[in-house]
Amino acid sequence: MTTVNPAPPPRRRARVPLAPYLFILPYLLIFATFWAWPIVSSFLMSFKDSRLGAAAGYGVSNWQRLLTDEFFRTALKNTVIILVIQVPLMLTLATTLAVALNSRLLRARGLFRFAFFAPLVVGTVAYSAVFRLLFNGEFGIVNRALAGLGLPEVDWLNQPAPAMAVIILAMTWRWTGYNAIILLAGLQGIPEDVYEAAAIDGATPWQQFWKMTLPLLRPTLLFCVVLSVIGTLQLFTEPALITNSGPGNATMTLGTYLYQQGFRSFNFGYASAIAYAVAALAAVFSFAQLRLFGRDS
Amino acid sequence: MTAVKPAPAARPMRSKAARDRASATWLHLALIPLALLFLAPLWMMLVFSTHPETAIFSPNPPLWFGGAFKENFDGLQADTNFLRALGNSTVISVAYTLLSMLLTSLAGFAFAKYNFPGRNILFGLILATLTIPTFVTIIPQFILVARDLKMSNTYWAVILPTLANTIGIFYMRQAFQTVPDDLLAAARIDGASEVRIFWQIALPVVRPALAALAILLFLASWNDYLWPLIVLTQKDSYTMPVALGTLVGLTRVSWGGIMVGTAIATVPFLALFLALQRHFVAGIAGGAVKD
Repeated sequence: MTTVNPAPPPRRRARVPLAPYLFILPYLLIFATFWAWPIVSSFLMSFKDSRLGAAAGYGVSNWQRLLTDEFFRTALKNTVIILVIQVPLMLTLATTLAVALNSRLLRARGLFRFAFFAPLVVGTVAYSAVFRLLFNGEFGIVNRALAGLGLPEVDWLNQPAPAMAVIILAMTWRWTGYNAIILLAGLQGIPEDVYEAAAIDGATPWQQFWKMTLPLLRPTLLFCVVLSVIGTLQLFTEPALITNSGPGNATMTLGTYLYQQGFRSFNFGYASAIAYAVAALAAVFSFAQLRLFGRDS
Repeated sequence: MTAVKPAPAARPMRSKAARDRASATWLHLALIPLALLFLAPLWMMLVFSTHPETAIFSPNPPLWFGGAFKENFDGLQADTNFLRALGNSTVISVAYTLLSMLLTSLAGFAFAKYNFPGRNILFGLILATLTIPTFVTIIPQFILVARDLKMSNTYWAVILPTLANTIGIFYMRQAFQTVPDDLLAAARIDGASEVRIFWQIALPVVRPALAALAILLFLASWNDYLWPLIVLTQKDSYTMPVALGTLVGLTRVSWGGIMVGTAIATVPFLALFLALQRHFVAGIAGGAVKD
């Protein structure tokens, strides 16, 4: 690097202009090769028809196909349904849990934390298998419990809406604890005396939660919302392993459709277009979230 | 666990203590069933790994351990060469975690503690990609790794592309910002090199954050399914999740085998997490989400 250091800072920092660049270099090389370039490359690829025998030139055929593709529309619809139900459900539960876990009245906090974090430790393949067992129509424990309660049994994995419910439950089971731990860390960053002052002023716990905890927790919540939304937009493992995108295509997501187009049909151009549609959605959602509750972060 | 906090001095009357006791009871009554619900699939996995399939699917599924662990394990090993997959997973996850910690903490340190031309642009660029789904890169990554670099079925194929860990850099930068500048300046005056300042002074200070990051990185790598599934095509190169995935996909699913495999893959983590969980929350608090 031959860049001249402009206006040397007053301290002795000017002595070592090379060090930070060298520190960043290894990461940057990986970042450029395996992230930055692929992001560009996949954009270019989305304009190429990569099917066998197709002309090699650039065009908008993939994007045109996307607009009229029934399967894409189904995948998009399913993904958005899961997103709209699962993320709020999970984050409400996670926030409630975090507040409970942070309570000074709670005994054996370590044990509870462990219980709620434990699902994350179980691999995706493993918990998918467990959920397939739990919700099996013939011998699943869930149906046995329903029967025991005198309720009708449900053929969970072979009907569209129940299959969707299983996916949502599985994701909630797996990721609630993770978000709760992040939110718990956020809660612990809120100084105790804020609450003491409020209590002296006569604020009820309920008021304290809505008027103080939630606003102070906003940056952390935003972090969780953005990551959860992006994660859900790319949902792959659960529908692939629990329901196999079925019944029919009832639980096919943008993730499983992209996998099918890219790595089953090896239609890289079209898969890239799908990927960019996901990215566009992620950008829209992130932007909306930042506008809605961002402000200071 | 931790000592009960003394109630604020002057104000509280007996009624407050009574109210607290009632709330505490309700809190536990609500949390215990929920905690059991969260633990149930894990428990089932452990229990089922020790029973033959006939027991798993019997009208009264077992709730306690049985004696078929060895039998299930042998079936699993025969179906998938599970030990090989476990070995692959271990090498990949350990290498990935160490390399990723090194790369992200080096870069995070530079972003947190140096003022250099281009810093904000570079960091902004890296941060901006945080909201780009990994899906966007997966196809070019595959072409690069499999076709151009011809690395299919190697450890590097799994490790290299995932090293560009944006969250890690964000996280380590936050952690290093808590290291006092004076500490580094003092070392500099004593003539320590920048590498030494990073390695021997700054890094030890952020050890809790590093530990938390290590757990998250290791977990992510250990449980990663999609990317290894794409770049590993030969049975001998499979990681543990890919090997188990081949069992789930079959029409004749070998449940006992899957449960054994997942139990073996899970138990070390449960132990690790139990041992480190206190530091883990503290580490997250000190790193990722300090706004």
